[in-house]
Amino acid sequence: MLARVPTFALEGVDAREVTVEVDVRRGLPSFTVVGLPDAAVREARERVKAALLNSGLDFPQARLTANLAPAWVRKAGASFDLALAVGVLAASEQVGLAALDGLAVSGELSLGGELRPVAGALAIALGCRASGVRRLVVAPGSAAEAALVGEVEVQSVPSLARLVELLAGEWAPEPPRSHPGARVPASAAPDLADVRGQADARRALEIAAAGGHSLLMVGPPGSGKTMLARRLPGILPPPTNDEALDITRIRSVAGLGGGGLARERPFRAPHHTISAQGLVGGGSRPRPGEVTLAHRGVLFLDELAEFARSALESLRQPLESGRVEIVRGQRALRFPARALLVAAANPCPCGLGGERCECPGPSRERYRVRLTGPLIDRIDLVCQLAPVPAAAFRIATAPGESTAAVRERVVGARGRQQARSGAAGASCNADLEARATRAVAARATGLEPLIDALDAGVLTGRGHDRVLRVARTIADLAGRDDVQRDDVAEAIAYRASAGAAR
Amino acid sequence: MSGACDDCLRRGYLVGLLAPRIAGLLGRSRRRPPGLLALSDEELALAVGGARGREEALAFIAGFQAERARADLRRCGVWTACEHRDGYPRLLDDLADSPAALFCVGRRDLLVALDREPAVTVVGTRDASPYGLDVAYDLGRGLGAAGMTTISGMARGVDAAAHRGALGACGATIAVLACGPDVPYPRSNRQLHRQIGEQGLVLAELPPGQRAYRWSFPARNRLMAALAQLTVVVEAGESSGTLITVDFAQQLGRAVAAVPGRVTMRVAAGSNRLLREGAPVIRDAGDVLDELLGPAAHRAASATEPTDLDPLERRLLDAVEAGLDMDAICAFAGLPVNEARVGLARLETRGLLRRDGLFGWERARGG
Repeated sequence: MLARVPTFALEGVDAREVTVEVDVRRGLPSFTVVGLPDAAVREARERVKAALLNSGLDFPQARLTANLAPAWVRKAGASFDLALAVGVLAASEQVGLAALDGLAVSGELSLGGELRPVAGALAIALGCRASGVRRLVVAPGSAAEAALVGEVEVQSVPSLARLVELLAGEWAPEPPRSHPGARVPASAAPDLADVRGQADARRALEIAAAGGHSLLMVGPPGSGKTMLARRLPGILPPPTNDEALDITRIRSVAGLGGGGLARERPFRAPHHTISAQGLVGGGSRPRPGEVTLAHRGVLFLDELAEFARSALESLRQPLESGRVEIVRGQRALRFPARALLVAAANPCPCGLGGERCECPGPSRERYRVRLTGPLIDRIDLVCQLAPVPAAAFRIATAPGESTAAVRERVVGARGRQQARSGAAGASCNADLEARATRAVAARATGLEPLIDALDAGVLTGRGHDRVLRVARTIADLAGRDDVQRDDVAEAIAYRASAGAAR
Repeated sequence: MSGACDDCLRRGYLVGLLAPRIAGLLGRSRRRPPGLLALSDEELALAVGGARGREEALAFIAGFQAERARADLRRCGVWTACEHRDGYPRLLDDLADSPAALFCVGRRDLLVALDREPAVTVVGTRDASPYGLDVAYDLGRGLGAAGMTTISGMARGVDAAAHRGALGACGATIAVLACGPDVPYPRSNRQLHRQIGEQGLVLAELPPGQRAYRWSFPARNRLMAALAQLTVVVEAGESSGTLITVDFAQQLGRAVAAVPGRVTMRVAAGSNRLLREGAPVIRDAGDVLDELLGPAAHRAASATEPTDLDPLERRLLDAVEAGLDMDAICAFAGLPVNEARVGLARLETRGLLRRDGLFGWERARGG
């Protein structure tokens, strides 16, 4: 007797459908699992056997062969337990084969027969939708997350015994309620109004948010670089439904999920000792790196010059293409990585900068070389911060503009971008392709500063397109359709100089 | 007759042989070379040799073969001049401990010309600010264009910038080294060393192949001070080795002048003190010429000073020149940030401003 049960294996942040085939025939009692299982999957045999017996079900005294197809995909983890158990039940005719029609299962089993939640439930539910599976059985702990996907009926089942009742039509679970996820109360989120002064950096932050442009802040310690960066997610437009699903799916695969739908954009600030693998993902069983965890949000690299060169080097391709590709064996995995890069650095090793700097010349030079290393040509906006004068704290200066006010302008600018590019286009100006960038140039009324800057050697050819995209964003912020001279000039003024990009 | 005589050649090599022992004798102190270099060969051997070294040195003096040394020099492309023959700059006679022989690479005519036409030594700190480097470069360039020789020490920072400026104007420049003339020190300037050897002159008191010692830097400084009629200081800190050159120049009765730096800047503290004590102010190569050759006809207004700036651009330029940060620039010019950035970009394309890498704006000179 042969049974087939669909389940899912995680590959990167996607779920791939895996069919568990179980064959029961007479012979010396044994239980073999084939199809590239790892140690955790092989151990499933013991869990399945104990769970079945402890749930008052039969474990057939026969020769059992289970195959996980497609056989060439490596299977890892305990999420196949439930599919194996259901396969054994069906193959030994304890549940009817007809009851399994259009059903997928995913879950880990306890020895007592209870279902345990697995990582990546949302990805699995998305996988169901993609492969046309109508029903998905998961543990109660995974149900709320999986139910975020409409179109798939998610059934939350506490134990193997209940599952048998469900398949026999003797019991039906409560439909799970997908809760919208806890919103960070507005009062607790950091607000831009807390930042004193720094009008220039605020402007750069607003442009970065409005067009998704990468930003580097150079300034002495205490000038507010980190403060400003932490306030960037707040001024970005709230994630759309699809974006929220994306964010939640990645968090869930990485085991960071809170169960609900992510309402806030992620803010990731890895320490500068992070390895290339930690930053872009990898490992023998590839896991998402920080740039993927920051997908649709902000990746903040504090002390940019202290990061290992190899780590920064590895970020170049993801920042350009918006995704990470990791090749393992004969398979290429893709992780989404459309993060807004924000970096901060001291102006020199002693941090004081300018005329108060006390660094010896060579160490200052070495630092500058490190800072203008591999990422600098991927940075659209550079701004310099000065230490905030003590007076700004003592005297009751007017508080800066609030997050809400800035976000309103950013949302407006993003709206213009989407209206222009339509459904097919990029989600923000920073993602514009070469052809779309040329279209920006064609519609601009004042490109003279760009040509002058190229002639004067202020700008390299590579910087040309990036300046155009930033200029487009500046015009969007001003609510204008055409890119004017001053927009282009301002964009040029935020570039790293041609000399630094060499 | 060209090249050094046998005695002077032997003396040059003897100093090279004893150089490490002199270093051992002086330890880590940065004192000026004491009377040591004024001693006769035998006295020098006795003074610094130690028991074993003394024997070694005396044996060297007795067994020195001038022709073999000359063959070695030819092989590494080094020529020599000595105090007993023509082609040795008589300016060095002002020194009590003038070097007997000079080891040189490059143009012989530059050495000869030093006695006929005044030359200028440009010195300054190794850790110069971008402004200091700019000024040093412009000085070298202006002096080169005016046909005047620029002397410096090929160190990082101001020295190298002055040499580069002179080379950039196809002018004459002399590098005085603290090591052998064929040794590029510091290594980061080896390109510059090669270029000066081809288009200018590299000279040294130590024979080829010798490394630099702590004591040989002040010794080199005395040569730089003696060879020029005027020593110009561009940015020197209070404890800078540059001020050693200034002391030598003053002892020799040579003129000393300085370029003003910002008063709050550590690296300009020494040069600003010189100005306070009465040294003439140098703003550009024109001022140097005035100082050496007497005031010239009044020159036209500086070519770098633009006349067609609107008042706003003028204020932006002033703000950057004053070293203000971005927010302060906006406040000073009375502009919102976006308009200030627009103005700065425009001034940059006109060549009046430039960006210091990632670190903000500065006034461009000689645009």
